[in-house]
Amino acid sequence: MTSLNRPLSPHLQVYRLPLVALLSITHRITGVALSAGTILLAIWLGSAAYGPEAYDQVSALLGSPIGLIILFGFSAAFYYHLCNGIRHLVWDFGQGFELPTVRRSNVLVLIGAAVLTIGTWAIALFH
Amino acid sequence: MNLRTPLSRARGHGSAKEGLGHWIQQRVTAVALIPLSIWFIVSVIGLAGSHYEQFQAWLAVPGNTALMLLLLFCTFHHAQLGVQTVIEDYIHGRGARLASIYLVKMTSALLGVFAGVAVLRAALVGG
Repeated sequence: MTSLNRPLSPHLQVYRLPLVALLSITHRITGVALSAGTILLAIWLGSAAYGPEAYDQVSALLGSPIGLIILFGFSAAFYYHLCNGIRHLVWDFGQGFELPTVRRSNVLVLIGAAVLTIGTWAIALFH
Repeated sequence: MNLRTPLSRARGHGSAKEGLGHWIQQRVTAVALIPLSIWFIVSVIGLAGSHYEQFQAWLAVPGNTALMLLLLFCTFHHAQLGVQTVIEDYIHGRGARLASIYLVKMTSALLGVFAGVAVLRAALVGG
């Protein structure tokens, strides 16, 4: 049964990774990280059900420097996954596969994610 | 004598098995999550630094309770579908693959139901 031991796609060690491939694997990495981050969402909402003391404790933790760094990373991962996810939905319709278009959407995804992340924090911290 | 049509005998035996349903659910939840997550971020920014009473009052508004529950359902469903795909690509042993997919689905269900119950309790009863 040697066929069972064949490397499965997407293989990361064998192929050279152009930007679009790098962005593709980043979509997965951010997806897994965001999935792990849902534990935080459950803890935060859970604390609201346990009462004001629990809610204040979790809020203080999230508002601490380490909490804010985690939330910043979470928001950056989220906006990246959102922008690249929208590109995936366009690809699902068979659109935008030409190489020049892909190169342009690479840049669009990265700029979009950066602008949304920075914009969100600028509004959250200074509004 | 076999009364099943050739089509029904062939269905589900391709390399994707029941993959089409998985694929569609991933996209349906993805599209739903675009407005839901933007609504959530805008709301959370508005609530930043607020006390328990303000958060509870916001959550108790029926529209907010409903959207939170929808957001939770789409988030946890989308997350476990995505992590399943990653596991199927990178964990090659049949037993380890099945076990980790099972673990991810159960953990996701537990977190999702916990968060949903927490939202309902905080919204309807208060902490």
